[in-house]
Amino acid sequence: MRWVKRHLLAFAALAVLFYMLIPNVVVAIFSFNKPRGRYNYQWTEFSTEAWQHPCGTPGICESLGLSLRIGITASFVATVLGTMVAFALGRHRFRGRAGTNLLVFMPMATPEVVMGSSLLTLFVMMGVPSGSEAILIAHIMFCLSFVVVAVKARVASLDPRLEEAAADLGANAVQTFLRVTLPLAAPGIAAGALLAFSLSFDDYIITNFNASPSSITFPMYVWGASTRGTPVQINVIGTIMFLIALVVVVGGQAYSSRRQKAA
Amino acid sequence: MASVTGTAPALSTGASAPPERRRSNWVPYALLLPGLLWLFVFFVVPMITLFSQSLQEGSIDEGYTFTGNVGIYAEALQSYFPQLLRSIGYAASATVLALLLGYPLAYFMALKAGRWKNVLLVLVIAPFFTSFLIRTLAWQTILSDVGPVTSFARSIGLTNLLQAVGLTSNDNLMASKFAVICGLTYNFLPFMILPLYASLERLDPRLVEAAGDLYASPAQGFRFVTWPLSLPGVVAGTLLTFIPAAGDFINSKLLGNTQTVMIGQVIDAQFLRVLNYPLAAALSFVLLVLILALVMAYVRKAGTEELV
Amino acid sequence: MAEQLSGDLRLVGLTKSFEQFTAVQPTDLTISQGSFFALLGPSGCGKTTTLRMIAGLEDPSGGQILIGDKDITSTKAYQRNVNTVFQSYALFPHMTVLDNVAFGLKRRGDKDAKRKAEEALELVQLAEVGRKKPVQLSGGMQQRVALARAIVNRPDVLLLDEPLGALDLKLRRQMQIELKRIQSEVGITFVHVTHDQEEAMTMADTIAVMNGGRIEQLGDPATLYESPRSTFVANFLGQSNLLRATVTGEPGSDGTVVVRSHDTDLEVSRAHLPDGIREIFLGMRPEKLRLGTGGGPNQLKGTVSDVSFTGVATQYLVRMPWGRELTVVQQNDGSARAVVGENVTISWAAEHGFALDAHQDADAGVDTED
Repeated sequence: MRWVKRHLLAFAALAVLFYMLIPNVVVAIFSFNKPRGRYNYQWTEFSTEAWQHPCGTPGICESLGLSLRIGITASFVATVLGTMVAFALGRHRFRGRAGTNLLVFMPMATPEVVMGSSLLTLFVMMGVPSGSEAILIAHIMFCLSFVVVAVKARVASLDPRLEEAAADLGANAVQTFLRVTLPLAAPGIAAGALLAFSLSFDDYIITNFNASPSSITFPMYVWGASTRGTPVQINVIGTIMFLIALVVVVGGQAYSSRRQKAA
Repeated sequence: MASVTGTAPALSTGASAPPERRRSNWVPYALLLPGLLWLFVFFVVPMITLFSQSLQEGSIDEGYTFTGNVGIYAEALQSYFPQLLRSIGYAASATVLALLLGYPLAYFMALKAGRWKNVLLVLVIAPFFTSFLIRTLAWQTILSDVGPVTSFARSIGLTNLLQAVGLTSNDNLMASKFAVICGLTYNFLPFMILPLYASLERLDPRLVEAAGDLYASPAQGFRFVTWPLSLPGVVAGTLLTFIPAAGDFINSKLLGNTQTVMIGQVIDAQFLRVLNYPLAAALSFVLLVLILALVMAYVRKAGTEELV
Repeated sequence: MAEQLSGDLRLVGLTKSFEQFTAVQPTDLTISQGSFFALLGPSGCGKTTTLRMIAGLEDPSGGQILIGDKDITSTKAYQRNVNTVFQSYALFPHMTVLDNVAFGLKRRGDKDAKRKAEEALELVQLAEVGRKKPVQLSGGMQQRVALARAIVNRPDVLLLDEPLGALDLKLRRQMQIELKRIQSEVGITFVHVTHDQEEAMTMADTIAVMNGGRIEQLGDPATLYESPRSTFVANFLGQSNLLRATVTGEPGSDGTVVVRSHDTDLEVSRAHLPDGIREIFLGMRPEKLRLGTGGGPNQLKGTVSDVSFTGVATQYLVRMPWGRELTVVQQNDGSARAVVGENVTISWAAEHGFALDAHQDADAGVDTED
């Protein structure tokens, strides 16, 4: 009993972790199911059919491809723009700093449903058609702030004297930036890009306001499936995503801890 | 070491300029311009068009004209006040729950986990990178009326208890207030845990030791030292949980019933199915103002505690 | 300041083992009430672990801790009437200085906490900064706040964990005097952990030199310095020249014994020679050696290989014919200085040498300071 009491915190922590992970486990288990009806909610029998044909249901892999394309483009643009803003905030003095911070912070403090619907009103008034371009614009917008925050944290923690040292050793400004500043800020930029991609890839609410019938992203496909019937392939793709995320996060951790040890 | 004499001339690409030094002025603005322009055109301007849309009259087919119809706000509030209130209530409940659940885990990870710290961090972050719609659908499976969780809850009398306090309306768990709040809590838990973890990890464990050394029991040490020093994380975590939860409609749609409709669901339906743009825009704008007001009041209140 | 009737701090067979190694070997120690006691040793010698066990921040693997007759071994840190001045100060950053100092009193429900805290701040000469936050103070001021925060509780024992480590040299000297003043003023038992031998000798009444989890030697500073009982103490506490030698004679009527080292007969006081050993290290402190024959009957010839002038003194390295260099420190009393390459004679009195068992590492305790 005393042992239990001493480890109460550990038990509580593990219980919470269990709560956070159980849906992923369920998704994985049900990817091996062979449901009788259209819905994959009840266990019937073991089957690897969906794993053998991950694209075996119409539209699913097309939507996945669209989400990947939008995710990659949006995270790339957001990372470039966001990194520039982060460097300005982290390395320069200028007027309007407070206003800039506010403008960066605001999209993170605004519910998605408001951002999505307000963009819809803009596009309607401007006559911009909904579809994948509109989705892309929206995704870049809400990813930008998160990139700025991630990169700024990293830039702020860098010692500006390193850049002065580079300049002192004869590097010109471009060389200093490419050889010293950028490599040092790289982990923050990578984290920001990764975050942007996952936000874009996973977004349903904002996307839904700006999508057209011909631009069905993966989350929209899943949403539609939840009302029409859920193919097992959704679980397969969800499981693969989880495994990839695990590999990426573990890899990132291992990389940063190795760097820390080396330093 | 010989003193270095050949200091390079101060060039003006920005990257090398430390904040203390003033370099040529156009560089930061050049860096800011594209990003801020994007935010301005696709975030600020839409807020204006949203507001303008709410004051227009007409229909999607015939087009809208600006009439300054402020009455739409009265109509919106009158018709959907319960949903608005419910959204705030659910989001607040989910935020409190996420704090209660997230704090022990974040505390454990930051201060007690030792070499398991990184493993736990991976397990917290990884689900965050997987489709949250799929994970929310999984809750349908977990809480399904014929599943083991529900029958267990029935056998220990939990379903009766939930029904008695009004969180469910029958002896099932799905399609209820309970399921919606559980789903919201689950979905935004990582947003609570990560800021908490960040601020607890910065906490110097020697401060807690010092409190113990100065006659503070473990509970007092937590109250007077750990908790106040983790407040920045608490504030950030509660904001990051509350704001998206208040606007969310995926959990209420997938895990709730007609009595659990949240304001996001109404906005979505009014915009995309009923096509009543002015009403939808008005609701959206009300939600924005309400959340901003709540957040500002909260930050001001938390700010008086003098965050470190 | 009222004297407290708490009694001596006693450690009985106190030991601490971690998974792989034993940090503190079973240790018996009595620290008398009201004394200024120093635990001195290199990092990793077990001094901080001992301190943390007394504070209640570390559970002992065995043994007891008593204050007077009261066994406090199994009580928690917050239940002990013991306070610590932490190495990093560990001031609460979210509280004012005054709230920091009053923290312990408030936890014990002292109604007079504020006034007592103000008094304690006066004692450390910081009465005017009570409303500031710790980050607004300099390192030296933070150090004094940490001291006030501990002392204000009138603990039976005050523990100081390398409290001056983060201060610069000048401030450190100042604080050493200040600490000594405060200790004699409040009369609380101070247990001071440090790796700085000079600091320990300046402040403490009694020093325990720790090495490898054990107390190597216990005594007042002068005794430890003049009569070290191991090469570790001889080297760690100041500097020593150690010559390998063999006892060849019996004690003479003048109380000296003849020992032979590198074909030279040397004398050492009988009192400084442990019983029953023949192979010894003959040790001499550098400042006890003289250049020239005026220092005493013991004489060695050598060549000056290095001269460094330090202001109050000059330090020489003198190479012996068998290759080893001896360190000699001469007061800068106006006499002529030797130059590199000069042949000199070193001399010293018999009572200035000490003898150690040769069955140990001659270099123990050298360069172990941080």
